[in-house]
Parts: sequence; C-alpha cells; structure tokens
Amino acid sequence: MTTTTTTATATTVLDASGVTMRFGGLTAVRDVDLTVNTGEIVGLIGPNGAGKTTFFNCLTGLYVPTEGKVAYKGTVLPPKPHLVTQAGIARTFQNIRLFANMTVLENVLVGRHTRTKEGLWSALLRLPGFKKAEEESRARAMELLEFTGLAAKADHLARNLPYGEQRKLEIARALASEPGLLLLDEPTAGMNPQETRAAEELIFAIRDKGIAVLVIEHDIRFIMNLCDRVAVLVQGEKIVEGPAEVVQADERVIAAYLGTPFEGAPGEAEAAEVEAAEADAQSSTEGDDK
Amino acid sequence: MTTDIPMDKSNDTTKVSTAPATPIIPLPQAAARALTVAGSAVALIGTFLAWTWTDEFPGNLTVTGYPGGLQVLTLVGSVLTLLFALSGYGIPGLRWLTPGGKNSPVLLAALGVFGTTGYAMGAISQELGGLVNLEPGAWVSGIGALVALIGALGLPVDQPYDAGDPTPNLWGRIRHSLTAPEPARAKDLPSWAEILIIAAGFGVGLYVFAYGIGTEYSELFIGFLILTAFGFTAVTRAGLLKRLSHLTAKHRNVAMAAAFVAAICFPFTQTNDQFALIGANILIFATVALGLNVVVGLAGLLDLGYVAFLGVGAYAAALVSGSPQSSIGVEFPFWAAVLTGAAASLIFGVVIGAPTLRLRGDYLAIVTLGFGEIFRITMNNLNGNSGPDVTNGSNGIPNIPDLEIFGFNLGLPHDVLGTELTRSGNYYLLMLLCTAIVVLVFRRSAESRIGRAWVAIREDETAATAMGINGFRLKLLAFALGASLAGLAGTVQAHVSYSVTPEQYQFAGSVPPNSAFLLAAVILGGMGTISGPLIGAALLYLIPAKLQFMAEYQLLLFGIALMLLMRFRPEGLVADRRKQLEFHETGQLDVPEDKPLPEGATGVAKAGA
Repeated sequence: MTTTTTTATATTVLDASGVTMRFGGLTAVRDVDLTVNTGEIVGLIGPNGAGKTTFFNCLTGLYVPTEGKVAYKGTVLPPKPHLVTQAGIARTFQNIRLFANMTVLENVLVGRHTRTKEGLWSALLRLPGFKKAEEESRARAMELLEFTGLAAKADHLARNLPYGEQRKLEIARALASEPGLLLLDEPTAGMNPQETRAAEELIFAIRDKGIAVLVIEHDIRFIMNLCDRVAVLVQGEKIVEGPAEVVQADERVIAAYLGTPFEGAPGEAEAAEVEAAEADAQSSTEGDDK
Repeated sequence: MTTDIPMDKSNDTTKVSTAPATPIIPLPQAAARALTVAGSAVALIGTFLAWTWTDEFPGNLTVTGYPGGLQVLTLVGSVLTLLFALSGYGIPGLRWLTPGGKNSPVLLAALGVFGTTGYAMGAISQELGGLVNLEPGAWVSGIGALVALIGALGLPVDQPYDAGDPTPNLWGRIRHSLTAPEPARAKDLPSWAEILIIAAGFGVGLYVFAYGIGTEYSELFIGFLILTAFGFTAVTRAGLLKRLSHLTAKHRNVAMAAAFVAAICFPFTQTNDQFALIGANILIFATVALGLNVVVGLAGLLDLGYVAFLGVGAYAAALVSGSPQSSIGVEFPFWAAVLTGAAASLIFGVVIGAPTLRLRGDYLAIVTLGFGEIFRITMNNLNGNSGPDVTNGSNGIPNIPDLEIFGFNLGLPHDVLGTELTRSGNYYLLMLLCTAIVVLVFRRSAESRIGRAWVAIREDETAATAMGINGFRLKLLAFALGASLAGLAGTVQAHVSYSVTPEQYQFAGSVPPNSAFLLAAVILGGMGTISGPLIGAALLYLIPAKLQFMAEYQLLLFGIALMLLMRFRPEGLVADRRKQLEFHETGQLDVPEDKPLPEGATGVAKAGA
C-alpha cells in the first residue's frame, strides 16, 4: 500500500509476488511481495540469515522459487540467470565475483555479452560487422569505466585492484548489460566511511541514469541516506515496508535487530535482589578460601 | 589520491639498494672474466682436434681440423659463451647481446658447454670402454669448459639478494646467480629493421629445430637437448628473448607470417624422409593439442577423452578414402573428406557434450575419460562379429591411398626449386595448412565476444551466467569447435599413417597423440597460449622419438618431468601474463603503467567525494 502512495504515476520495473523458497524442510523466503518502480532506490534490510540473498537469487534466476512469480516490466521472468540478465536485471554479488584473471576492461566487456550479437562465425571470418561491434563495445565499456572512475586501470588484472575498486568494477560490469534494474548485494561491505560515501554518490548517479536500484545493506545510515523505500526481511518474511524513517522507528524492526524483553523481564527490585545475592555469594567464597 | 601513485613508484625504485650479492667463487672480476674468455676459447680450439681414435663412436670425432657431431655442439656453445663474456667487457659491437643480465647468461652458456662436453666425454669412455679412448682434443675442450665455468662462477651476480633473505645458502646462491633483471625497453628501430630481426629470430629457431629433428643418433640428441636447454635459458636471461617477443607483439602479423614461412622451409632442410615424417607427426600432434587448448585453455573444460575426436575424423576420412578395406567403398575428393571428417567429429562432439557438459570440474573429466574409451572399444567391436562390420575391428582400415590434390600426388616425391620434397614433406606441408587454420581459428575466437565468454566461464561460471552468458550453450560451442578441429587433423592423419586402428586412440599410450599426452602438451607448453601447445607437443613427440632406448621408462620419466614442471613452473613453458600472475605472487610490480586520463574524464565517484 505504501508503494501506491509514494509513486503512483511511476511504472513498475520489478514486481515480485508471493515469492517462496524452500530448501527441503527449511523455508528461507516465505511469501514475499516486493515492487520496484522506475527511478527508485529500494533498500532491503534484515538481520543475518533473514533470506535477503536467497530472495535476490530468486529474482535473478539463480534459484527457481518454489512458489510465486517475478515479473520485470510486466513480463514474467524465465528461471535462467542469463535470460534474466538479457531481460534487463543486472546484479552484483555479496562476496565479490569478478573474473579475477581478466583485465578490468575485459570484465566490463563480458558484461556487454547480452547486448552484442557477434557469434563464432562472425569472429572467425571477421565479418563486416565484427570490428564495428567490437569497437562499439570497447567504447561503451570505457565510458562505464570512466563513469565509475576506473578508466586509468583498464589494463590491470581485476585481481590486482584494491577492494573498493573491485566493488566498483562489479557495478561497472553489471551496468554494461544495460539493465533497467540493478540489484546490489551489500555494495559497501568492508568499506571505510569515505568509500561508503563514494559508493552512495555512485548509486545516486546510477539512479539519475534512469536505472532503478534494489540494494541489500547492513549499514543503516547508508540505507537511510540512500533509499526512497525500505523493506525489512526477518526470518524469510517481509515484516514491514515503507519510507526509511518509518521503518527505522518500527517496533518490529527494532525487535528483530535488538530482541524484545521476554515475559516477566526482571524489574528493578529483582535486579537489586540478584545483585545483593551475588555480593553475598562472593564474600562467602572468599571466606571459604581462608 | 593522485599523489599516492608516484610515491609508491619511488619506493619501488629505492627498495633495490640492498646488500650486493657475492659470486659463488670469490675471484677478482677482471680475473674471472679473463678466465671465462680464455676457457671458452680453449674449449673452442679443442673442438678442432680429434676427441677419440676410432669412428666406432657415432659422428666421427677422429678428424683433426673439422669438428663433427658432438664437437659442433661444444663449438656453438663456446662461441656463445665467448660472445656473452666479451659483451661483458663492453665491446661496442657486442653490447646489444646482453640488454638484460650481463653475467648470468655467461654462466648459463658455460654450464651448457660444460654439460655437453662432459656428456660427450662420458659417452665416449662409456661406449668404448674407458678414459683411454679419449684423445687430447677432448681433454683440451673439457678442461677449457671447466675453466670457463669456474671463471663464470666468479663473475659478479647480476641482481642483489632480496631484502628479506640477505644471505641464502649455497643452493640459494647458485639459483640466484642464474637470475637476471628484465631488460630496459629498447629504442624503436625503423620497422624494416625490426622485421628483419624477427625474420632472423625465426630463422635461428627453425635451424635449431631442424637440427634437433635431424640428429641421427641419440648421443647427439642428448647433447643437443643439454645445450639448447642452457643456451635458451642464457638467451632468455640476456634479455634477448624479451626484446624479440616485444617486437613480435608489435608486429604480430609479420611474426605470424615469419613463423609460417620458417615452418614451410622445414621440409626443404630435411633430405631424409624419416625426419620429415617426424615433422609431419609433430604437426598433427601439435594441431590437436591446440584444438584441445580451446576446450581446456579457454573454456576451462577438462577433457580427458579428446583423442576420440581425432579418431572420429581419421575413421571418417578412412571410410571415404577409397581404401579397399573400407566398408563404404566410396572415394571422396580431399576437400569433401576433410568436411566429412570435421563434420563427423562435430556431431560426435555435440552428442557427447550435450549430456556431459551439465557437469562441472572433476565430474566432467571422469565422464569425458569414459567417452574416450567408449569410442575406442566401439571401433573395436564394429567388426562384424560383435557388431555390424564397419571398421574391421582391431585390424582397422589399412591401405589408405595417398591423396591427390589438383593432380599433385602427395605420395610421390617432387622436385621443388631444385630440392626434393618427399612424401612426408608433402604431407607436412598439407598438415601445416591445417595447423595454420587452427591457429587462426584459435586466435580469432579467443579475441572475440565468444572467447571472452569462454574465459569468463572458466573463471567463474556462476558470475558468467549472471552476466548474461548462456553457460551451457557456450561450453557446448567450445566442445564442438575443439572436436571439429581435432577431426580436421584426423583426416590428414589417416593418410599420413596409411591406416587407422582403434589402438591409436587410447587414453595413455607410448605413441604421442593420445589423450594424456595431448593434455600434457597443453599444460607443459602453457594453457591458453598459441605457441605453448605447439612447443609442448614438439618436445613431447621429439624426445621419445629420438631417445628410443628409454622407451620402457618413458611414462615414468614423463611423470617425473610433469611433477618437476608443476613445482617450478606451473604456468607452463610459455606463460601468458595472466597465468604468470596467477601462479607467482608478484604483488603489484607487474601491473602496467597507469594510462593518463583524457581531460575532464574524472570518475563520478571522485567528483562526488
């Protein structure tokens, strides 16, 4: 309901409804609905093990959801990762998965795979379109490297980049497939505050290009700055969704992160009693030692 | 941010000033150099004297004034040592010889001379029964080589020790004295001169290779191996190879053409048909290895049954060759036979690949191993008894007639430009054409969208599919392409060897084109490169073919060699930059220079920060 109020006019890019993922007896994701509209940055938060990445994998075809469906711009996505990417959803990974022994430029060129058509024959016979397509791909890839600030390192091996730049390269590679929706899985994990700020700027710049972003993150401040809307996943279920401030103040979210006072929680009187008893016990053990 | 980079650079350059390394044998530098020059000169003179009294030892080392056989090797080695040592004096015309290391090439060349001369003396006294059979010439050369080696060990070491380990033990010091710094970048010569240098480089390569194939007895071949191993390392340490590879990288098409021309020249240097046949067989082996490199090196699919595709191509060509024993009894022209062979392999590749390529890693390896054996057993069983009569079972298809292309009968010797081209020479040239095609296919597919997708799959299949790559389809494409390249080679192989039998296509055997040796050639040479499998295949074919006496221990020695290689040079003999970085942690030293950014091309992230 919150979605309709915030962006009533925007078109829906991603529409996941009733997504459920079971691994045997374990239900990792239970009946989750989520929509992302154009020009939106949506955050997905939740404690460790809440099923965020599993949900991501369901969206990108890496897993086939047990129930529910995922639609991109109105068409239901086929459960094959490469077809999902072709449809227009690109992603990054929580633990960086670059092609470590390829150069930075080659990594981005691989991202262009679905947007180019040159097949084996074209490559072997160097058909007329081949050179042009190859040059276009290179130009486009260099553009993206400049966009992410990696152009100077185009010929370095991906494995030699520092951590923060590897994260940026993963984003550049994902952008190379010209997506309408970018899924970022913990893009600032392990980054220092400056790098996190830079990542924020980068994500805003991506949004300004007209690409919707769905981001998983643990850094609450980052999410608060960035997201138009936040959904909270706890134990596989979406418990709340709404603007960042609302979500932050929600009791259920606080409970999920910090826990709830259990029933019959100790009052002050009991606490004082326990303390007194402990002090007593301590003095008596000291007495035993003598 | 930007100021950090130059600071790092300056740190790197100042780090070099550590304790200078002492030579193995403490000698004054001038004395050491003089000893080396004198020693190698003496060794050189010794080769003109008789080394033994009887021509029972092969190569006739009895003539004074005319070096023969092993003496020639010592002669070449000592000339090389002499040149490197004189270059160390800074003699103007010779300084270009050692742009990299100054003294380690001298030491390596001296080791090579000492090795070959010592081996020759040992072989003579062992075969003829005692040291008495050595004439003074051998002693002159031997002592000269020893003196040169002592002198070379006394030369200062090219590189200081690492800061982390300032005083290694003796073995560490010897190993260290063989290392050398990288050569500085050469000045650009006019392009005709650079092309001439490339041509000369390939000319020398061809000569050395042709000499190796043409060695007529195993003593000479062993001496040749010792000298080439040390000489090649010496040339590498001197920085000459780096210079040459820099040039070939600059003029890639010229270099390819030069290599091709050098390869064409090979059969004209061989008068003996037997040696040209070795050349043709090496090419078959190398071509198939290169085809396997598409599958293993690019796409990362470990295929242990690859020789089956060679077999399919060969059987298909044999069946349509017009051989009287062929169950079909048709005779296709060569072009049609080639297409048939390649197409049959392609279909076989797809049929095997479609179910198996859903597996990854070790599972795929085991399944391909199984399919490779299934092919061989099936060919054995299609004999009319246990199955329909197609392949004559274990007898195979013999009497495959020679090819005739445009009225040119490949079975007969021909006179070309005054030299005789034998039957094997003809087939060698035909096979060379196939190799060229495979090289072209490999290079072009590797440098395309498809090739990048293959490498991406090899690196991380999950990430590759998430980038929109249809993993299964591309793996099948790599498998099918590899299969048809092997099939192409198979069609020529059927004609070269007159007959095809199931036993030629097994997993491991004593004659090289089998799955284990193919994979070994790829790994030994260097995965993912073009020259790697070619060199690996040449070595793996040539060494067993030349050293018949060790046939019994072949697999044992082969295993030991592979283990040593994996320990000391896991990236293979020819390493691409990727592999080198993958296996040797060189930190950030090997990364290319940062390119200056064009004006106004600051990243968004930087602008925002």
